[in-house]
Amino acid sequence: MATSMTSSDPVTDSGAARAEQLTKVYGSGDTRVVALDDVSVMFERSQFTAIMGPSGSGKSTLMHCMAGLDSSTEGRVFIGEVDLTQLDDKRLTRLRRDAVGFVFQSYNLLPMLTALENITLPLDIAGRKPDQEWLDTVIDTVGLRDRLGHRPSELSGGQQQRVACARALASRPQIVFADEPTGNLDSRSGAEVLGFLAQSVRGMGQTVVMVTHDPTAASYADRVLFLADGRVVDEMADPTGEKVLERMKRFDAAGRGV
Amino acid sequence: MLKATVRTLLTHKLRLALSGLAIVFGVAFVAGTLIFTDTLGKTFEDLFSQTSADVTVTERSNFDATFAGEGQPGRGVPQSVLEAVSAVPGARAAEGQITVEGVQVVGSDGEVVGTAGAPGLGVDWSDTPGLSPLTLLTGSPPQGEGEIAVDSVTAESAKLQVGDGVRVLTPGPTLDVTVVGIFRFGESGNIAGATLTAFERDTAQRVLLRPGFWTGVGLAAEADVSRQELARRVQAVLPDGFDAKTKEQQAEEDAGDIQQGLAFINIFLLVFAGIALFVGSFIILNTFSMLVAQRTRELALLRAIGASRRQVTRSVLLEALVLGIVGATLGLGFGVLLAVGLRALFAVFGLEVPTGALALAPRTVIASYAVGVLITVVAAYLPARRASRIPPVAALRDDVALPAASMRRRVVGGAALSAAGVALVAAGLAGAGAQPAALVGLGVMAVFIGVALLSPLVSRPVIRILGAPLRRSAVGRLSVENALRNPRRTAATASALMIGLALVSAMSVLGSSTTSSVDKLIDRSLGGDFVVSNSTQMGFSAQVAADVRDVPGVAAVGEQRFAVAEVAGGQQFVTAVSPEVLDEALAVEFVAGSGAGLNTGSDGGLLVAEQVATDKGWKVGDTVDVTFLTGAPQRLRIGGVFVRNDFLGTHVISLTTLTANGGSNRDNFVYVALENGADAAAVGSALDAKVAAFPNVELKDQTEFKDEQRNQINQLLSLIYALLVLAVIIAVLGIVNTLALSVIERTREIGLLRAVGMSRRQLRRMIRRESVVISLFGALLGLTLGIAFGIALQRVLAAEGIDVLSIPVPSLIVFLLLAGLIGVLAALWPARRAARLDVLRAVTTE
Repeated sequence: MATSMTSSDPVTDSGAARAEQLTKVYGSGDTRVVALDDVSVMFERSQFTAIMGPSGSGKSTLMHCMAGLDSSTEGRVFIGEVDLTQLDDKRLTRLRRDAVGFVFQSYNLLPMLTALENITLPLDIAGRKPDQEWLDTVIDTVGLRDRLGHRPSELSGGQQQRVACARALASRPQIVFADEPTGNLDSRSGAEVLGFLAQSVRGMGQTVVMVTHDPTAASYADRVLFLADGRVVDEMADPTGEKVLERMKRFDAAGRGV
Repeated sequence: MLKATVRTLLTHKLRLALSGLAIVFGVAFVAGTLIFTDTLGKTFEDLFSQTSADVTVTERSNFDATFAGEGQPGRGVPQSVLEAVSAVPGARAAEGQITVEGVQVVGSDGEVVGTAGAPGLGVDWSDTPGLSPLTLLTGSPPQGEGEIAVDSVTAESAKLQVGDGVRVLTPGPTLDVTVVGIFRFGESGNIAGATLTAFERDTAQRVLLRPGFWTGVGLAAEADVSRQELARRVQAVLPDGFDAKTKEQQAEEDAGDIQQGLAFINIFLLVFAGIALFVGSFIILNTFSMLVAQRTRELALLRAIGASRRQVTRSVLLEALVLGIVGATLGLGFGVLLAVGLRALFAVFGLEVPTGALALAPRTVIASYAVGVLITVVAAYLPARRASRIPPVAALRDDVALPAASMRRRVVGGAALSAAGVALVAAGLAGAGAQPAALVGLGVMAVFIGVALLSPLVSRPVIRILGAPLRRSAVGRLSVENALRNPRRTAATASALMIGLALVSAMSVLGSSTTSSVDKLIDRSLGGDFVVSNSTQMGFSAQVAADVRDVPGVAAVGEQRFAVAEVAGGQQFVTAVSPEVLDEALAVEFVAGSGAGLNTGSDGGLLVAEQVATDKGWKVGDTVDVTFLTGAPQRLRIGGVFVRNDFLGTHVISLTTLTANGGSNRDNFVYVALENGADAAAVGSALDAKVAAFPNVELKDQTEFKDEQRNQINQLLSLIYALLVLAVIIAVLGIVNTLALSVIERTREIGLLRAVGMSRRQLRRMIRRESVVISLFGALLGLTLGIAFGIALQRVLAAEGIDVLSIPVPSLIVFLLLAGLIGVLAALWPARRAARLDVLRAVTTE
């Protein structure tokens, strides 16, 4: 159903973000490692995509390159219509500030700021006034209304990660990247955060790309991309926990043969 | 991964190096000072040991003058004494000698040759081996009144050659003479900045002293007679009032005054070295605290796998030890360079020091290492002890806070130390104990530590207020929050700057108060229209006063000379004046008696200040025992008691009394009062024309005199500021260090800020502003303390004449602005590092 939404909009032909023949190589000579090997992928607007794969498959690298945190060796990366590989640091920074939201495994909140200040931090840095209505929606969705004055040290892990999610969405970015957002959380807190991310896509029309190794987490997504050895080897629509787990197992056994 | 490790190690080295620099600076200062003064001392000892004869006869000094003052020729040694000692068996040769201060050569530029402050000596010509240190290089010995010989250094600096005509100032008349010879003094020719002018003997006696008298008699011993033996034999034939001294005794005595001066320079410079080290220890303490905090997990892991608390403490202390040794070694090396630099600096000011070997005494080496190592280890002790208290379980937890000393203990300790410091300062300023200055120093140090301990308490509110204007932007808000998040660290960093600024501003308040007080003093005490003197208050020929007296429109001319005497058993600075000084030149008010009282009694009169009369219970008509440097004890009658006048000092005698007792024949001040209705400008230029013949003095009206005084105070202040800059530089290093370590600690945060869209420029600005806030906080603390110290000093010194309190607000504002600039500079490097961090690596760092 998510796909039908996007196809009705002519401007979204290029998607929220896409990679074209993206290659990323670390090191050279004997230590040369190809982390991404000619990857082309598109992330549709208002879709929740999970990227899965075994350790070293390049899933984190793909996300870092897509988000403008890491540079690509070859190929092109687009956020909307903007080619990231053509941007200098200044423009890249501005793009991250205005068009991209981040959620990290280890929350990464600033300890001296309150929850609300953390949420509005990217807007403050940009010197923009928050859209109060949108902000209220975000805050109510993450359910932090009564915790806004607290510092991170006074919040639980789940609450901190929900603050981080709210921060990623506060500036109404074109796309949100989440790197193992539930990696540090127990399953209940994890479920809350995932529920919130899914809600932001379905209720608020946001676009979310999430790297995870947890099939349960992946089941919240609309679509799952499987990576192995730096290549997209498979993808799955409307995933469930069991289907993903099954696929991972199969693909794991087969992956060794490739 | 290896790359990251190497990089961490390098940064670790870098931060240690930064705190080590503080040690290097401090130790270099200590070592440089010691080497420099040792070298100077040795130079002068060598100089004097080669100048004296085997035995020298001089008029006996009644006491050792502690005021290194004017050369007092005394009444001299009569010809009869020379004849008597010449006949002593064992004396190979005997010669009358004359050495008199106040003989200066005027260069072609019309200025006096040589350094202001260094003596110009007039001597009789002699090159008798063993008796005179002079050796003729070119030309011939001076003959008659119109010829002189000069030393080679003077000849060179004045570009004088044999046959040149030159003007020479003497204690008496000014002479226009011809240079007929150039001679070398001693072996090297170096006489440490002084100038030597030699006259033929008769001329020397007549012009510099008086016919038939010498300033001393030198004797050379026969080969089989020891100096001690000869001195004893000579002493036996001397009339009362004369002493025979061996070469060694004479050299020691001559060097004594210089050594005293050197000891003063030594202490003066060492105080600044001490300040630098004190500030440095704050930085070392702070650096080790931060290093320990950052290594909490590593240290806890050590504890978890079985290291004892003592081992952990020891490992941190060992690091400090190594840092101390390395720092002290480098400091010692830089100290040698600094000594060379100081020597060059003195040469620039004209005090030539021979380029002999530097004197590196074992004491200097020991002191450098002791100071360097001790301070580093002591400063690292507290962080080391805290490191040992990290619980092993901390290794397993994610975020651990170090066990910190409770705030209450800090407050109690800080308050107690501050209070004790204030009490010590008060006691010291009141003159308690044997070493009041040491008490003040100790007290000030205690106050600094106390305030540093207390400063985290005030850091929050103060930084909030300081940072209020920054809070309008998100970046500014982050800066302020960063400065606030670790109040102790911020406070410790700011404290280093506080010390430097406190000292600078205290000096500034004191200097400004002194200037205002002197201005007021001149207004109040100086009645005359013009003053003739020089900025070093060195004596000059009485001819000046005589010449000035003839100028039409001049009503009265008063002369004033300085002397030292024992008054009722205690050594006193005494001024001798001509009657005109009291009647016309100075505004003197008498409580009892009058200026005429100068000439009462058979031995002469004594005028004393009201305070002295009260303290001693003296009344007009009482007699007081006064002993001058030479001659028999005198009984002077109190002729008057006057209201305090700082130009007069506390004890005043007449010029006649001074001269009768062998005092200085040179004036230190000449005051000129004009006739009523005289045209001040016209008479002034006439006076100027007269005084121009004496380039060693200047004619000043009241305004010019005030300017001269102010300039002198400002010069001294500049010197002190220059030396305090060292302490400020060390404080800047501390800020750099703290910021750099903070950047490393906050790598992940910085990564996040960059990831969510903070530009490099914004990041740099964030760190720069944090730095400025910390600097301003330190500056505010320092200014507050400094103003308090300055006011306290002024209060205490009010009795000494600094009775006007003046707070130099513009200077203090400039200091505050400079502190802000310091903050900006200190942030340059850490901010650059932060901006260069790789975003991805930073945000995913552990």
